[in-house]
Amino acid sequence: MAEQTLTRVPLLEAQGICKYFGGLKAVDHVDMTICQGDIFGIIGPNGAGKTTFFNICTGIFTPTQGRIFFCGEDITAMSPEAVAQKRIARTFQNLQLFKFMTVLENVKIGCHIKTKSNMFDAILHTPTFKRDEAFTTEKSLEILKRIGLFDFRDTLAGNLSYGMQRKVEIARALALDPKILLLDEPAAGMNPLETKALMEFIQALNADGYTIAVIEHDMKFVMNSCNRILVLNFGQKILEGTPAEVKTNPEVQSAYFGKGMVAGEAIR
Amino acid sequence: MSKVQAFYHKHRTILLLAVFAALCVLPFVVTKALFVRYACNILLFATLAGSLNAINGYSGQMCLGQAGFFAIGAYVCAIFSTRFGVNFWLLLPISGVFAAMVGLLVALPTLKLQGIYLSIVTLGASEIIRIIAQTWEPVTGGALGIKNIPYPWLFGLDTFRPKYYYFIFLLIGVLFLLVTNRVLKSRVGRAWISIREDQIAAKSLGVQTSFYKSLNFMYGAFWAGVVGCAYAPFVNYIEASQFSTDTGFNVLAMIVIGGQGTLLGPILGSMIVTVLTESLRFLDNWRYVIYAVIIIMMMWLRPQGIAGASHSVLAGGKIKRKPVRREGARSHG
Ligand SMILES: Nc1ncnc2c1ncn2[C@@H]1O[C@H](COP(=O)(O)OP(=O)(O)OP(=O)(O)O)[C@@H](O)[C@H]1O
Ligand SMILES: [Mg+2]
Repeated sequence: MAEQTLTRVPLLEAQGICKYFGGLKAVDHVDMTICQGDIFGIIGPNGAGKTTFFNICTGIFTPTQGRIFFCGEDITAMSPEAVAQKRIARTFQNLQLFKFMTVLENVKIGCHIKTKSNMFDAILHTPTFKRDEAFTTEKSLEILKRIGLFDFRDTLAGNLSYGMQRKVEIARALALDPKILLLDEPAAGMNPLETKALMEFIQALNADGYTIAVIEHDMKFVMNSCNRILVLNFGQKILEGTPAEVKTNPEVQSAYFGKGMVAGEAIR
Repeated sequence: MSKVQAFYHKHRTILLLAVFAALCVLPFVVTKALFVRYACNILLFATLAGSLNAINGYSGQMCLGQAGFFAIGAYVCAIFSTRFGVNFWLLLPISGVFAAMVGLLVALPTLKLQGIYLSIVTLGASEIIRIIAQTWEPVTGGALGIKNIPYPWLFGLDTFRPKYYYFIFLLIGVLFLLVTNRVLKSRVGRAWISIREDQIAAKSLGVQTSFYKSLNFMYGAFWAGVVGCAYAPFVNYIEASQFSTDTGFNVLAMIVIGGQGTLLGPILGSMIVTVLTESLRFLDNWRYVIYAVIIIMMMWLRPQGIAGASHSVLAGGKIKRKPVRREGARSHG
């Protein structure tokens, strides 16, 4: 990713976000700006608050303090449904698939907000219903083709391998036509080959104009794909910057790569 | 196993038409009036169980109060037909709408509740409906109930004979299946199922879960009301005790045994429970012990029911292995 510091349009902004669970400061005064066209990496040790931060961005949690802005609009208090309507899509760390629905049906749910046929349309098979179904099916199949799950469209999602289930989640999120895609550890549970393919897929999506924020533990993935990185530790932001800045920052090294490991080793 | 499935999918229309034709001639082949009455009961309860399954099996809300919606339908029919002489066929949708409204009243305050809490509220609502029916004498006839509910018109046939009333139940059952099948295979049905599967994920994809849960509740209540409306003239006399929680649990037992989340499950469940009820009559109340044993066995051997959605061949497959839930992440580095 070439550095594009020319015209950076902020898309998703967090200002002073805090989330406390009782005495536990899961996220503590975190600021962040994701701009249009970014592949934005969020890294940090286990329990650093990354997932909690995503949950705040997508309306699943309301922050104890702070605001979230999307395209300049305050979305802090919005419900997850309303956030999805704004075209913010996400995947989950602990796979939250519709297991007893087929892969195709999973993706079709992603088209929900873009269609509007109601129960009566369904019962009477009105033109609205037919148009919606045709659109949904076509769009879903197109996404499945692109992500390489077309052959598995009629398989129950729960029957797929771990790596493929992660892909179904991404496919489902893509069906929203997201302005930003939040991926929570998309490569977890994938083998190195799958990880590599996923990395290329994410880069291809980005090239198509998708803005992506990704939580990932795979350093190679993060350092090579992301143009900006946010480092969290114990809920606090250590740094937000380019991969080069992250590599050389001594605080990041001691916090994240601690235990005597040199950043370069992990990164290379 | 999958051969059966493949065969079914290939000849679906013909098979279903054959079953329908067989059901149409049934009351003329089975001449014993008692058996025809059983057939009526099976159809009636199959649709009632289906309406409960539309809620519990598809949106995953645990409703225990189906007897209440059933009662609403039956009373609306009884009251309007005996007092104002409203036509039965008009009353069918009206009863459904009444029940759906009550369903909405129950659904709205319980939207935030889940699992056992929702169950308890629905159970309570069902009891409240029964108690109102028992005490509101001027309207519901109180403990005396409502007598002489007029038999519906059906092309001039003597509908007081089960042989002909059977066709009313068959019609409602078929209509329920056709309509529900269409709803399930639409945006609305998918939204319901997504809520059953994972509510958070559904929300994060923009499914307004509160709206769809209420709609689902109203849909189930609507059909319970319609069935209630068809039930009242059939028995000709209704009173509150017919709509006790026993009835509710009976219907629940049907979908537990038959399987939730498929259209076939409640039908099987209704057949099994009705046949057992009739054939075990000589055991008197001991037959409830047998039910209990069957339900416990089902929970143990086949928790999803005979045709349950989860692991059933009839439902279109099963999930072989359960992916391990990985809470933490890999260690870094
Ligand atoms: N709902 C909750 N209630 C209480 N504590 C929570 C809750 N969710 C998260 N936490 C706590 O907040 C902290 C941050 O958790 P979080 O899941 O955000 O970390 P993470 O950075 O995503 O870690 P990982 O890399 O393991 O996914 C942890 O200590 C966790 O136990
Ligand atoms: Mg996490």
